[in-house]
Amino acid sequence: MDLILPEFGLLFWTGLVFICLLFVLTKFIWKPILSSVNEREQKITEALELADKTKAEMKTMQAENQNLLKEARAERDAIVKDAKEIATRMVEDAKVSAKLEAEKIAEAARLTVAAERNEAIADLKNQVAIFSIEIAEKIVRADLTSDEKQKALAEKMAGDINLN
Amino acid sequence: MVHSKALFKLQKSFILTFLSILCFNMVFASSNGGHSTEPVKEKEFDVNGMIMHHIKDAHEWHLWGSEHNGTTIYLPIILIDGGIKTFSSAYFYHGKIVTIKDEKTGDLTEFISGVGPAKGYAMYHEKLYKLSNGNLTINDGHVHGNSKVLDFSITKNVLSLFMGAFFILVIMSSVARFYKKNGAVAPKGLAKFLEPLIVMVRDDVAKSNIGEHKYKKYVPYLLTIFFFIFFNNLLGLIPILPGGANLTGNISVTLFLAVCTLLVTLFSSNKNYWKHIFATPGVPVALLPIMIPIEMVGILTKPFALMIRLFANMTAGHIIVLALVSIIFINKNVAWGALSVPMALFISVLELLVAFLQAYLFAMLSALFIGGAVEEHH
Repeated sequence: MDLILPEFGLLFWTGLVFICLLFVLTKFIWKPILSSVNEREQKITEALELADKTKAEMKTMQAENQNLLKEARAERDAIVKDAKEIATRMVEDAKVSAKLEAEKIAEAARLTVAAERNEAIADLKNQVAIFSIEIAEKIVRADLTSDEKQKALAEKMAGDINLN
Repeated sequence: MVHSKALFKLQKSFILTFLSILCFNMVFASSNGGHSTEPVKEKEFDVNGMIMHHIKDAHEWHLWGSEHNGTTIYLPIILIDGGIKTFSSAYFYHGKIVTIKDEKTGDLTEFISGVGPAKGYAMYHEKLYKLSNGNLTINDGHVHGNSKVLDFSITKNVLSLFMGAFFILVIMSSVARFYKKNGAVAPKGLAKFLEPLIVMVRDDVAKSNIGEHKYKKYVPYLLTIFFFIFFNNLLGLIPILPGGANLTGNISVTLFLAVCTLLVTLFSSNKNYWKHIFATPGVPVALLPIMIPIEMVGILTKPFALMIRLFANMTAGHIIVLALVSIIFINKNVAWGALSVPMALFISVLELLVAFLQAYLFAMLSALFIGGAVEEHH
């Protein structure tokens, strides 16, 4: 029976010790421990949040970089395309102008050649005329040395004229 | 809920075991009683006496050896009887043994009459009385007529209480020092071991039962009650000097702790709590005359259950271990150790779990009651 009957002495000492323990532990032990634990938890939460934020920032930055790269690439492509076009056009132009020039040169050359040929022909004609005259002179000179010959010639000439 | 259900199941099985052990002891007690009238040839091993001696409080700390010639620490006795009187309990344990007749049953019984400074006082079943004309009147196993003196002695349990408090202070202050020195860093050593428990009490016990906004005020109380019970439970499991006392299995201690929880609950209760007691919402007015007394009794039954639960669980654990060890001495054969030691070891290990579980339960239920008292209307 006395197992389940409280005793005043032990009750008193338990009360005294427990109240003292509660006071001392609360003031000197639980408060610093709990504040440190809370502080650390706060720190961890903040660090995690910061990490998340940084990650998100990194992501946006990466996306931005990607965009920039894309833009740069597009720009480069455009530039290259333009350059190609310009180059092609330049080549085309050059070709056209070269053709024109070539044609001009060819034309000039043809004209020159024609002129020169005409000149040469004229020259030749003159030469031939001169030669003819000379030959004729010589022939004339040789044939007119005797009478008979003069006569023959004359006859012949007369013949030619007649024939004509 | 599954969790707590499992806990209650475990408790139930413990109480059952407790009861069965009690019956077991009664059988022994009655058989001893039957033999006591006949001349005893060989002294029987008194299991009941031994177990009761271990789980009850005493004015000495018996270490080993026989009852009167063994090694014992005599603890100081402090009496308040017209002033404070202090002397060693040796004046009782080495006092005069007086045999008297029980006035009702007629059985012979013994009490100790103090000598030296203890003269004029008697110790009967570890309780102190004032002798009237050098005599003690015992009626049906109880003392009658003699005034019980106020006994503030440093008994076995009080010393164990002091040591428990000392261990808590030393260990916890070393943890607190770690945080003071290192600030908010990852815990190391003892702090690493105890921080999860502290955080558990704060989050799982206080925060989840009292509520996000109000729990902070009660965390120190719940931490103190948790570690007080936990440390003393563990200390009780150590069979030699720093431990061994059945402190948390003593009704005075659990009574005080339960009263603390009751007072904290009542002092932190709000209007909503009392409204639920005096005008339970949803209950017809006609039923209130029945409901109000029930609710009023409910205020007391909750801490009462706390008191009984801790007392019964811890006492039962001590009884089981002692009873299992007694198997060897009952049969007077060391071979029984092969059965008794593994079983006692198993129960001791289980008691480690129970030591934690009961501390956790006490703190959790305290938090639950406080939570019910501070809950706002919703």
